[in-house]
Amino acid sequence: MLKDRTLEDDYRSWRESHPPHNRDWDFTTLSGEEIAPLYSPLDIADESYTRDVGFPGQFPYTRGIYANMYRGRLWTMRQFAGFGTARDTNRRFHYLLSQGMTGLSVAFDNPTLMGVDSDDLRALGEVGRTGVAIDSLADMEVLFEGIPLDRVSTSMTINAPAAIVLAMYVAVGEKQGVPAGQLTGTLQNDILKEYIAQKEWIYPPRQGVKLVVDTIEYTAQHMPKYHPVSISGYHIREAGSTALQELAFTMADGLSYVDASLERGLDIDSFAPRLSYFWNSHIDFFEEIAKFRAARRLWARLLKEKYGAKNPRSWLMRFHTQTAGVSLTAQQPENNIVRTALEALAAVLGGTQSLHTNSMDEVLALPTEKAVEIALRTQQIIAYETGVVNTVDPLGGAYFVEAMTNRMEEGALEYFRRIEELGGVLVGIEAGFFQREIADAAFRYQRELEERRKVMVGVNDFVNDQPIDIPILKIDPEVEREQIRRLQELKRTRDNDRVDRTLAAVRDAAARDENVMPYLLESVRAYATIQEMSDAMKAVLGSYREPAFV
Amino acid sequence: MSEPRLRILMAKAGLDGHDRGVKVVARALRDAGMEVIYTGLHQTPEQVVRAAVDEDVDAIGLSILSGAHMTIFPRILELLREQEAEDIILFGGGTIPEDDLQELKRMGVAELFTPGAYTQEIVEWVRENVGEKAAGGSAAPS
Repeated sequence: MLKDRTLEDDYRSWRESHPPHNRDWDFTTLSGEEIAPLYSPLDIADESYTRDVGFPGQFPYTRGIYANMYRGRLWTMRQFAGFGTARDTNRRFHYLLSQGMTGLSVAFDNPTLMGVDSDDLRALGEVGRTGVAIDSLADMEVLFEGIPLDRVSTSMTINAPAAIVLAMYVAVGEKQGVPAGQLTGTLQNDILKEYIAQKEWIYPPRQGVKLVVDTIEYTAQHMPKYHPVSISGYHIREAGSTALQELAFTMADGLSYVDASLERGLDIDSFAPRLSYFWNSHIDFFEEIAKFRAARRLWARLLKEKYGAKNPRSWLMRFHTQTAGVSLTAQQPENNIVRTALEALAAVLGGTQSLHTNSMDEVLALPTEKAVEIALRTQQIIAYETGVVNTVDPLGGAYFVEAMTNRMEEGALEYFRRIEELGGVLVGIEAGFFQREIADAAFRYQRELEERRKVMVGVNDFVNDQPIDIPILKIDPEVEREQIRRLQELKRTRDNDRVDRTLAAVRDAAARDENVMPYLLESVRAYATIQEMSDAMKAVLGSYREPAFV
Repeated sequence: MSEPRLRILMAKAGLDGHDRGVKVVARALRDAGMEVIYTGLHQTPEQVVRAAVDEDVDAIGLSILSGAHMTIFPRILELLREQEAEDIILFGGGTIPEDDLQELKRMGVAELFTPGAYTQEIVEWVRENVGEKAAGGSAAPS
């Protein structure tokens, strides 16, 4: 006590003799949080090391989920990739693996994300544009040709039709002779953040969550090494949220899946160890690191103390990180390499389990091979040259980092209270709460940029007039025609009676409110298309239209 | 200030769900005193043009970040011609590479804004270009 008072006295007299002479500048984080000129032990006086920080690999895991972190095993370098046909993307996968990438991550095109076949009118102009086009198991077989699914883990960014795509993945495994129980990887399958931010949905929110729980239940029973949901803040942040909103909204989504799975009758420890997270790493370095550390502690506390999970693996927040697409600029695109490197470093210092680094040209188009290579090399430089991996959580104990971590956690708890008052996440979505919060934050940031209270180098300061001159990846329009030809050929040659029978079974299972996974698997094996399967379910589950507001 | 208020339809077409930009721009135009109607997501070109005609707007602001710009912009221009609604100005924005941007302008898209554009720049462009047309082609200052 006496010592603390002395420190406070010392601080006051230091401050008085050294009054801050600040430049005319807004010393706030990217999210607008006020930052003090100095942090000291006074700012973390209420923090207990054993209770709030602890050792890595021990509750509450603030310093990392593993005792030895990157000394034991580096993060997985996992570059998100997908464009054109399954053949095109398969070639890119082989290239990336040959360059030292250690896990795959599939980007699907918009029609696939919406459960629409390539030959549907709504898909016109979008086939293979921003990801790979997958219509049926036939495409998935090509996508993973020559890639042993028992050894390479695959992350699949798909949500509304995630159950269908998971069934396709299981079926490809079967064709390769790999049983479902040996498949490793992650399905994004976070439908709540679709309604909140990314906006690629098929069914209404409640039905969307039912399908997520179907996959959680199915994988708990049949795929013990597979992660059925990657609870995602990435898109919430890209849509314009603050760091705190990303943390709070995403974790509220995660808790909703936990609640829904418990309602289904699942035991918490049968599924919680395989839930994982996916965060954005934006440009405000310390704010991001604090977010990762707070997220880890918060999840551990909630799972242990609120939900009573007994298995310590249920308390661990494993997460993937992607650097912030929205932080990249079309102007002077080479600068994006530097932004991405700093964001990647924040993710590593925040203790990520896997990482995607954006390519410098992604603000203009899908990345070229050269740009992807630089992005991957960026991770390798952090891992092998900088030395930041030599010790666990090197920033742990820093007054500023610990104080920011505490503030993030408190802010998230405050948001949880507001969401609970609203009636929960689903009610919040239906009322447009999250959508409005995010749109407000996006608008606020845009205004700060235009008023030059925040700077983006090359955009609103340090501008030059040089034309943007970097190579752009072009998607050949022939891709769409080729994909449609393949699909129509498939529809002619498959056993259509079998397809119809299995689709009817999917519909009936959905109507009985049964787990649809086994029925989808039968349909997939019969080479039903993604649209046929999602339409079969839509007939029962209904569809969704967001209330449009500005 | 007896100048008629400009009516702008802000639109998202195709399967693209990225609505951050369209909402920011819609709000900026509204704050600048224009009447803004937002279509919501996942509209077909036909739905966009029907809404534009029904709402009797002066311009359509189309946002595309899905890479489908070379399909959707020309389709909307074509539908506007079919509906004899070519007086409705089509402008837009999104991740559109320079070559495509030039070609779309040649086809008749009045202006395109790419990442990094200021909302003020867009507001001024709309005032100058759509404003003039709405006032009957007169370039007289208001």
